[in-house]
Amino acid sequence: MSTAEALVLPATRTSVTWRLLRSELALTFRRPRNLVMMAILAAVPIIIGVVIRLVGSEGDAGGMIAQTAGNSLMLTVVSLFVLVPLLMPVAVAVVAGDAIAGEAGTGTLRYLLTAPAGRGRLLAVKYLNAVLFGLALTLTVATAALLTGLVLFPAGDVTLLSGTTISLGEGLLRVLAMVGYVAAGMAALAAVAVALSTFTEVAIGAIAATVVLIIVTQVLRAIPQLDWLAPYLLPTRWTGFDGLLRDPVPMSEIWQSLLAFGAYIVLFCSLAWARFTGKDITS
Amino acid sequence: MTVESPAELTVRAPERAPAAPPAAEDPAGGAAIVTRGLTKRFRGGQVAVDGLDLTVPAGSVFGFLGPNGSGKTTTIRMLLGLVAPTGGTHELLGLPLARALPAVGAVVEGPAFYPYLSGSANLLRFDAANPAASGRDAARRVGRALERVGLSAAAGKRYRAYSLGMRQRLAIAAALLTPRRLLVLDEPTNGLDPQGTREVRALVKEIAGDGTTVFVSSHLLAEVEQMCTHAGIMSHGRLVAHGTLTELHAGRSARLRVETPDLAHAAGILASLGLADVRAAGEEVTAELGEHAPDRVNAELVRQGVAVRGLAVARPSLEEVFVGLTGEGFDVDG
Ligand SMILES: Nc1ncnc2c1ncn2[C@@H]1O[C@H](COP(=O)(O)OP(=O)(O)OP(=O)(O)O)[C@@H](O)[C@H]1O
Ligand SMILES: [Mg+2]
Repeated sequence: MSTAEALVLPATRTSVTWRLLRSELALTFRRPRNLVMMAILAAVPIIIGVVIRLVGSEGDAGGMIAQTAGNSLMLTVVSLFVLVPLLMPVAVAVVAGDAIAGEAGTGTLRYLLTAPAGRGRLLAVKYLNAVLFGLALTLTVATAALLTGLVLFPAGDVTLLSGTTISLGEGLLRVLAMVGYVAAGMAALAAVAVALSTFTEVAIGAIAATVVLIIVTQVLRAIPQLDWLAPYLLPTRWTGFDGLLRDPVPMSEIWQSLLAFGAYIVLFCSLAWARFTGKDITS
Repeated sequence: MTVESPAELTVRAPERAPAAPPAAEDPAGGAAIVTRGLTKRFRGGQVAVDGLDLTVPAGSVFGFLGPNGSGKTTTIRMLLGLVAPTGGTHELLGLPLARALPAVGAVVEGPAFYPYLSGSANLLRFDAANPAASGRDAARRVGRALERVGLSAAAGKRYRAYSLGMRQRLAIAAALLTPRRLLVLDEPTNGLDPQGTREVRALVKEIAGDGTTVFVSSHLLAEVEQMCTHAGIMSHGRLVAHGTLTELHAGRSARLRVETPDLAHAAGILASLGLADVRAAGEEVTAELGEHAPDRVNAELVRQGVAVRGLAVARPSLEEVFVGLTGEGFDVDG
């Protein structure tokens, strides 16, 4: 027994969590379903770019389409505007809603917990994994858009939405900031989806519930009588990244949005933790 | 005289005496599992486990028996921390659960793996979830575990393409990834072919030989008789009997069975010798043997001219003990 025991090397707490996270990331980024979603979303900027290039910008002088045709960076902004309200959140919801419910559905949850992964650790790793998927997705879309833009449209100084002009280098920095902002918004959504995921053993149920929530909030946002509610809804905050294309950048608005994302994350991660640590695993 | 009762063959003493270490050395006082008043009432009022007092001695192979729905899996889920008890306490290896679990290998309610991963990738996944195991030697651990259950050849095959028996073996391999002090196996031979069943039995014996306690639930009573040193019998969420196999058999005396055409004559002699509960049916006479020596009884029968074709002593099988305690009915406990 003692010789056998020596075969199992001791591991530190952080290396334990890191190893589980690596295993989780490997599952997520090797899973065909997730790769297909990323590929489809990455194709959207290419399609938009090609269409704008072919159709041109007649009838939209000074508008966003014209700006896109005029500068390679603007395609990234347009693509994010198209994808952030629905398609990217749906992709994040698929991964995050699957987090706990998917494991419960296949029964692997009971073996992860008797391994023993630890409920708190497993939940943290699952959430972190969903956040990293959101970040990777945003980066993929932005990279595809940037490359397409550079190929199809002239590079050079960027004219901002507020009319001022900045250098290409600063433009790239602002795109990077936008990626961070959108990823934070997706992290907030991931918290909601992971929380819903702890309430069911059917992954598709948690995913569908998250998507329904997104659509309902989008509808609520469109009702003028509910204007007071809009600042508290995630979709309102998601598209706030256009502030990063103005001069000066409305920092207080940006901070407010990041604060809102943080509040969602704290609230829904707490809910998920309370639910998951007290739950009977009968699957 | 022929000794032909299969029951007699199966109740011979276990080959290995329970290898419990001295109580003084063991923090749990020689017990791998202790429960006191363990109770689970599911939402909706269903009482699945009702005041379970169970002690599994360290080093024993403990057969956990009971009809469908008697609360075996629910008990195992509570022991492993998957389900919170609504009453009572439990302890594994005398340690807090989080510290005990790395030393516990478990198969709970059948195998469950990622269908799109290979067998070895699946094991690596669960190995990564064990905080007591380091990633550096994971591949070797996985290889050895697969080898122990005879799955080396299918290591690279997707789990989706595994047969039921291969899946069951993979679940056992996962339970054997690191050296364990306790194995909890919920119906480990479900779906295995006869060879697989024998292999699992041999594996359990081998593991128990290393001093690992094995807690195994099963419906296959003959199997429990061959594998286990101890057993407990559940019925309607309660433990109706538990102890060593010998203890479980005690109190149910062996029966003598005489095969003969001279039914009435033989029955008369058995009764005159003082054997109780003499019954004649078909071509045989049976009676409770009690303290009598079967060879003497045989000699007496022959001396008085009874044509004895066969004579056997049938000890009650575990199955008979089991049915006696849990009832004959076909209905599940619910
Ligand atoms: N999640 C649940 N909610 C409500 N009742 C449950 C739940 N899980 C099990 N039960 C009930 O608890 C009882 C015991 O079930 P359990 O699965 O522990 O039986 P078992 O002894 O393992 O049976 P089997 O031999 O068929 O595997 C059954 O009556 C069952 O219906
Ligand atoms: Mg069961």
